[in-house]
Amino acid sequence: MATDILMPALSPTMEEGKLAKWLKKEGDPVKSGDVLAEIETDKATMEVEAIDEGVLAKILIAEGTEGVKVNTPIAIIAADGEDVAAAAAGGGKKADGADSVGQPAPTPTMQAEGHASAPAATAKTGDDKANAPASPAVITNKTPAPVMAEFPEGTEMVTTTVREALRDAMAEEMRREDSVFVIGEEVAEYQGAYKITQGLLQEFGARRVVDTPITEHGFAGIAVGAAYTGLRPIVEFMTFNFAMQAIDHIINSAAKTLYMSGGQLGCPIVFRGPNGAAARVGAQHSHDYSSWYSSVPGLKVIAPYTASDAKGLLKAAIRDPNPIIFLENEILYGQSFPVPKLDDFVLPIGKARIHRPGTDVTIVSFSIGMTYALKAAQALAEQGIEAEVIDLRTLRPMDTDTVIESVKKTGRCVTVEEGFPQSGIGAEISARLMVDAFDYLDAPVLRVTGKDVPMPYAANLEKLALPNVAEVIEAVKAVCYR
Amino acid sequence: MDAANEAGQAKADQIKSDHADVDPTIPATGSAVAHEPAPKFTREEELHAYHEMLLIRRFEEKAGQLYGMGLIGGFCHLYIGQEAVVIGMQMASIEGDQVITGYRDHGHMLACGMDPKGVMAELTGRRGGYSRGKGGSMHMFSREKQFFGGHGIVGAQVSLGTGLGFADAYKKNGHVSLTYMGDGAANQGQVYESFNMAQLWKLPVVYVIENNRYAMGTSVARASAQTDFSRRGISFGIPGEQVDGMDVRTVREAASRAIEHARSGEGPYILEMQTYRYRGHSMSDPAKYRTKDEVSKMRDEHDPIEMVRKRLIEEHGVPEADLKATDAKVREAVSDAAEFATHDPEPDPAELWTDILLEARG
Repeated sequence: MATDILMPALSPTMEEGKLAKWLKKEGDPVKSGDVLAEIETDKATMEVEAIDEGVLAKILIAEGTEGVKVNTPIAIIAADGEDVAAAAAGGGKKADGADSVGQPAPTPTMQAEGHASAPAATAKTGDDKANAPASPAVITNKTPAPVMAEFPEGTEMVTTTVREALRDAMAEEMRREDSVFVIGEEVAEYQGAYKITQGLLQEFGARRVVDTPITEHGFAGIAVGAAYTGLRPIVEFMTFNFAMQAIDHIINSAAKTLYMSGGQLGCPIVFRGPNGAAARVGAQHSHDYSSWYSSVPGLKVIAPYTASDAKGLLKAAIRDPNPIIFLENEILYGQSFPVPKLDDFVLPIGKARIHRPGTDVTIVSFSIGMTYALKAAQALAEQGIEAEVIDLRTLRPMDTDTVIESVKKTGRCVTVEEGFPQSGIGAEISARLMVDAFDYLDAPVLRVTGKDVPMPYAANLEKLALPNVAEVIEAVKAVCYR
Repeated sequence: MDAANEAGQAKADQIKSDHADVDPTIPATGSAVAHEPAPKFTREEELHAYHEMLLIRRFEEKAGQLYGMGLIGGFCHLYIGQEAVVIGMQMASIEGDQVITGYRDHGHMLACGMDPKGVMAELTGRRGGYSRGKGGSMHMFSREKQFFGGHGIVGAQVSLGTGLGFADAYKKNGHVSLTYMGDGAANQGQVYESFNMAQLWKLPVVYVIENNRYAMGTSVARASAQTDFSRRGISFGIPGEQVDGMDVRTVREAASRAIEHARSGEGPYILEMQTYRYRGHSMSDPAKYRTKDEVSKMRDEHDPIEMVRKRLIEEHGVPEADLKATDAKVREAVSDAAEFATHDPEPDPAELWTDILLEARG
């Protein structure tokens, strides 16, 4: 019986990859454990291993093909004794339904990208569409006018992923100052668990790109101690969930020391990494800590959405003399945005941006929440409601002025975030608007948030636990009394 | 074993048995290496140690007094009894080596050369304090004196101190981080995370475990499966030794070895300082966990300052009158500090809102 070899997923968020190389050719015998091909994504490279014995009857996807979707058949294997030509001709698409079940994608042999991702990187069945990651908003290359306003007129824009933008920001700052270094798990030789630090070891060497043991509490403390002496560490947490092991140093050792030392001892450090839900990694790996960190005096908290903000704000964060929490989002890593081609592009920390101007309602969000907000705004426009969408970008200090000015114009506000409802960013904005824009509000502020439950694993439940575009539309209509 | 080693072993045994007399719960497991008896101090060194230890002793007594008068608030952890540890360590270090410790930190600050007035004024929460009154007893720093705190979270300073060593290695500046902790902190997980990385990366850190036998009210034997703290680095290959932390000469000798090891790029070193705190854990300690006899025996027979005083008189022929003059000088300095700390104004209310963030550079 011929079986299809399917394009495997390397991670919970992988949607497609490049078939980099075939190590077997058509007609080669294969046995279990043989490496058939190499697959690349922007994050990692892995080998595809054969599970069954037989003959490689047909290669369906040629070497060098990019953008191969997960679960696409990439080759056909004829079972021992089977007619290879027939298998190649029929493949997995034979009319005989009983035989058409694709072989599960081979188990990737690469190490998982993080503690969490390991189980998820195993085989997926051919028709398991439920495994597809939550679909982020469609990002167009059309840059909104307010974004362009932050660059000199005529600046050339280069389409860049958030991942590349973050890497470029670090590399540029490391070139600029020897005191800047990166420390964390798998940042060097592995090239970053999420490939954010790709190439840094090669350029800057092991002195400045420091692989640590799995020991968040310890290395966070070491980095803070180094920052006391004037070094500028960039601490990568594989995810912010693991920063819980280190939160004492973030709060007690980094955020408070300047105050407790009467201004003598600053702590110029950046703690960065993916925050919040990725896809299908369960409650312990899906927590959004935005509001936690945003409540701590002595910290600055940044949560960018676009690649240009990621770059400009990370550069600013590395230069800032204070401890910075830089909250990234795994699902956004692979998203592309136009980034200005400038020698030294630094954005101010603490400034929100009107991402989409509008007149009828203000939608306030940040990070991946912006994907829901922008999609909703688009849909609402078709229904005659023009939403002004504000990207907070920095959560502390929070640029409430921009929000208040907008609400003075629209009289209505909806907040969108993936975090929990209680004591969330939306709750904070709501409270501030009540004090500073009470007379302008025509409706109570509504919050669209993650649900008040630990993140479930099941695909349908996870979807329910996260906010969605429909909820944003519904909330907007409610505050517009429509 | 040659004669010198025999003498060293005898000395080590003596230290152990001295301690065993007082607290049999500490097993005489001993350090891995026996060393020769610490060489004698010169007269100047003894006088220096005497002055420095006495300053800490008198300063702490005064702090205790001011606390009793309600002039110092919150927590106040006194270093009385442990003076030889930090002074011996400082005598072996060079300018530019960093010091970091936990919350029992007044002695370390004075040993680093910080002004007693500024330290005392911080204790009283006044504007002339090292942290302008915003840190308090457990949170003082001096960048100038390379004193990095003063940390109130037990064990946190161990990772932070390892980071100071990381910075020394990164900058290749030849300096060493002297990272202090108590026997209580030595049971925190991050200590071992730090040991691992320090040895992995050969960081110049000397870990000084001040074993004063009680973590608050819990004796070492009740809290630690391995009560020989010099062995706490064994699984990482970090050398360690137990040191008579009541004798400043022994401390300085061990410190020199440890600091030399760290400075030469060999990596971290652990010194377990066997010491004793005369006072309670903090000012509100009822001290129900140990007997008065235990304390008085230690004071009478092993007091670090008396030990030096005796040597100055008997071995160096220093007249009592000279020592009295030193006493008077120290008392005056402490009295000046107290005078300043009780008359300096409280911080300006506007200080509430300063030092939260630094202005970004242009």
